[in-house]
Amino acid sequence: MTATHPDDPNLVGHGRHRDVPGQGGGGPAPTRIVVGYGFWIFLLSDIVMFSCFFAAYAVLHGATAGGPTARQLFDTNLVALETGCLLASSFSCGLATLAAYAHYPVKFYAAMSVTYVLGLAFVVLEVREFAHLVSIGAGPQRSAFLSAFFSLVGCHGVHVTVGLLWLLTMMAQVFAKGFRRDIMHRMMCFSLFWHALDIIWVALFTVVYLLGVIQ
Amino acid sequence: MTASDQERFPPDAKDGRELPGEDIAPGDERLGGTGVAHGARGYLIGFVLAAGLTAASFYFAHSTLVWAPSIPELLIVLAIAQMGVHLVFFLHITTGPDNTNNVLALAFGVLIVFLIIAGSIWIMANLDAHMPTMNQVMDMQR
Repeated sequence: MTATHPDDPNLVGHGRHRDVPGQGGGGPAPTRIVVGYGFWIFLLSDIVMFSCFFAAYAVLHGATAGGPTARQLFDTNLVALETGCLLASSFSCGLATLAAYAHYPVKFYAAMSVTYVLGLAFVVLEVREFAHLVSIGAGPQRSAFLSAFFSLVGCHGVHVTVGLLWLLTMMAQVFAKGFRRDIMHRMMCFSLFWHALDIIWVALFTVVYLLGVIQ
Repeated sequence: MTASDQERFPPDAKDGRELPGEDIAPGDERLGGTGVAHGARGYLIGFVLAAGLTAASFYFAHSTLVWAPSIPELLIVLAIAQMGVHLVFFLHITTGPDNTNNVLALAFGVLIVFLIIAGSIWIMANLDAHMPTMNQVMDMQR
């Protein structure tokens, strides 16, 4: 880095942190930062993809084609239970991350198992809701509203299912390889993924279920 | 940097520079001297705040306590607040100088999400408003 005058206006606001890697100074960032940042970009692009499904739902939520409306179909008690499961699993996933960083195997496996059970409960509740809707003739073919509903909520459900498989993979990798640095990078990505799914669910239960039943 | 910090965050083939100058990844957080207990407390605060906001959302959706036409706006505000809580306490996005890249990427993502959703609703509502009714279409074909 070239020597610069401390009053150089180009350095206003950057003075103390000129050497922070990833901001042009101090050399390449550590692998951990690069992996986390890359995965963050993927998550943001995933959220952009979800926003397209949200936009489709927002446009089509009134297009019921004479079929059942959101108000007639959705059961907010079930949704509250699903929300509780996913929120609690996000919390236990955070604890699992802490246990992994601190190299506590027993606490790590316990917290990951709790996360898995809560995530599985969420998926089971959602699949039962979908099966019920299809059985009463409110499947995705019934109206544009239901097509948009099933693709939006189903897409989130598929993400959670994939996340559950990833969770088991992480437990197996820690079991087989220990708290190695590259395994910890994957664990960091997994926890980011799991927390991001919870953020999408917040938008989902508000826009689809709560705004649906009050209209 | 203590010995336990070294173990928790290995310097990753870099010089052993002290942590405060380092960039941090999204999801990372600085574990202070109290380490795990401090981290767990952050997750607990986030969990309690998020649970409270969720409970408020479900409560106000059916409540007569607030003026009914304002409920959709209230629910949207509660949802945005809860997303903020998740970002801060679970994903550890902060305003610190070590987090600027993460925040910039997030800001760009939010911009795109806003353009897609607001733009779709706007354009489709506009098309809908200009669409002739079925009777008008029949008249035109006559």
